[in-house]
Amino acid sequence: MTSPSEDPPRLQVNPIACVAHGVCRELLPERITMDEWGYPIVDGSPLPADLVAHARRAVAACPTLALRVDGKLARRR
Amino acid sequence: MTSVLLERAPWETAPALPRLLGTGRKLAEHREAYGGIPLRTFAGEEGRARLIQEVTQAGLRGRGGAGFPTGRKLASVASGKKTPVVLANGCESEPASRKDKTLLTHAPHLVLDGAVLAAHAVGAEKVIICVERGGSLPERLERELAQRKGDPVKWQIARIPRRYVSSEESALVHFVNSGDGRPIAVPPRPYERGVDGRPTLVDNVETLGHIALIARYGPDWFRELGTQTDPGSTLVTIGGAVAQPNVYEIVPGMRIGEVLDAAGGATEPLGAVLVGGYFGTWVPMPEGWSMPLSHDRTGPGGVTLGAGAIFALPADACGLAETARITRYLAEESAEQCGPCMFGLPAIADDLRSVAFGRCGPATRQRLMRRIEMVSGRGACRHPDGATRFATSALTAFAEDLETHLNGWTCSGVSRDPMLPLPKARDRGWR
Ligand SMILES: Cc1cc2nc3c(=O)[nH]c(=O)nc-3n(C[C@H](O)[C@H](O)[C@H](O)COP(=O)(O)O)c2cc1C
Ligand code: SF4
Repeated sequence: MTSPSEDPPRLQVNPIACVAHGVCRELLPERITMDEWGYPIVDGSPLPADLVAHARRAVAACPTLALRVDGKLARRR
Repeated sequence: MTSVLLERAPWETAPALPRLLGTGRKLAEHREAYGGIPLRTFAGEEGRARLIQEVTQAGLRGRGGAGFPTGRKLASVASGKKTPVVLANGCESEPASRKDKTLLTHAPHLVLDGAVLAAHAVGAEKVIICVERGGSLPERLERELAQRKGDPVKWQIARIPRRYVSSEESALVHFVNSGDGRPIAVPPRPYERGVDGRPTLVDNVETLGHIALIARYGPDWFRELGTQTDPGSTLVTIGGAVAQPNVYEIVPGMRIGEVLDAAGGATEPLGAVLVGGYFGTWVPMPEGWSMPLSHDRTGPGGVTLGAGAIFALPADACGLAETARITRYLAEESAEQCGPCMFGLPAIADDLRSVAFGRCGPATRQRLMRRIEMVSGRGACRHPDGATRFATSALTAFAEDLETHLNGWTCSGVSRDPMLPLPKARDRGWR
């Protein structure tokens, strides 16, 4: 039941913390689209190296700190 | 993975049942039939490890819905650094299910013995029994606990709000920690960090009852029934158009028709059977008669026993109208914390209603499918996944009816009284 933390970095959203500000989509359209209610649909597959810095910027910009980048998989779609 | 067929025909296994039910309500009766808790058999570190090993070998899978291997969960909780806690999940928020309440009424001490053994296996000192508040069950359990002297654990009863999602494992942990019965975001999962930040074993009460029996009779005995991948016996609640709706103990691998026969058989021609409750799957009848039921997903719809609620829907009832009504209920039961659940489930319920009552065209169906796809997997808990699985299966099982409805015809079934049960008492708050 454990997922090794050396897994490749992924972008994930905490859906409880997210209140649909939408900043992340502006910063990372490569990985984030919006649903019809304005909530982000996040592509949680492993991030290629050239997107990691952008992803971290989106994480820092989220007003409710709802995003994270790490290897530990919270939910599988 | 489809389930392996029974090695023995159901009528041959019948004398071996019941295993769980009918063990005596009173402590004295229970001890008479089963003796004490076999803690000495599993003494010390070696004994604990062996108990986990035996549950693993038995192949027991969780009876709370997901069918996760219980031995693996025990091992994960036991490997934590802090002293773990055990939560016995007896909430049974599923409105079509009665099996946990029945078990806690007819064989409470089997569940309590199982909880003591599970606590022993993981090294926990405290067991919290979670039941929905209201009714007489919490008080009855208090009385039974007072009878049990010398259990090596500290007992506690938590009275959980009567809400569909408050019995989800992270919600139970949240409630016990802070009095708020809404799910929380994971990770960390309860088995890593739960009650008081400790590794927390959340097991369904029926699962604990099976642990009590495995500890006494061993994994080989457990495996005498059931399939290779889903051994043992399992409790189901059979409702709807059957002669004797009730809770039954059945054997995984039995076919849908045989399971209905256990409840006296169908009382009228059936259109479909709902397997697995309101997170479950509609199976069209009579085609589905010979589908084997177990905790392994079977067939293209991925049918599983889930938490064991089975409902027979007559051919002249409207499965779409029933699904629309229950999806509305599930939408109302959202904890409204996650956007896709809070907005998506009511939107899906609205679309289903329009479809069922013949006020829409093909565009509504497309929107409905898109919304289902969009919402699934995007909540903190699995509430949206369960609700959308249920809705999706209705669109498949009632595909022909759906065409009729979309062509502007309402079927006669919508005028029949609703059949699928909703809870009589519900709480609105979370505390
Ligand atoms: C919305 C929701 C409601 C749930 N309700 C129950 C419940 O009423 N009883 C239960 O045992 N498990 C329920 N579960 C499953 C629990 O989260 C947990 O997986 C289970 O209690 C673990 O026990 P088991 O491994 O013995 O099945 C629910 C899950 C979800 C997502
Ligand atoms: S998915 Fe729904 S029920 Fe689950 S935590 Fe989020 S809002 Fe609550």
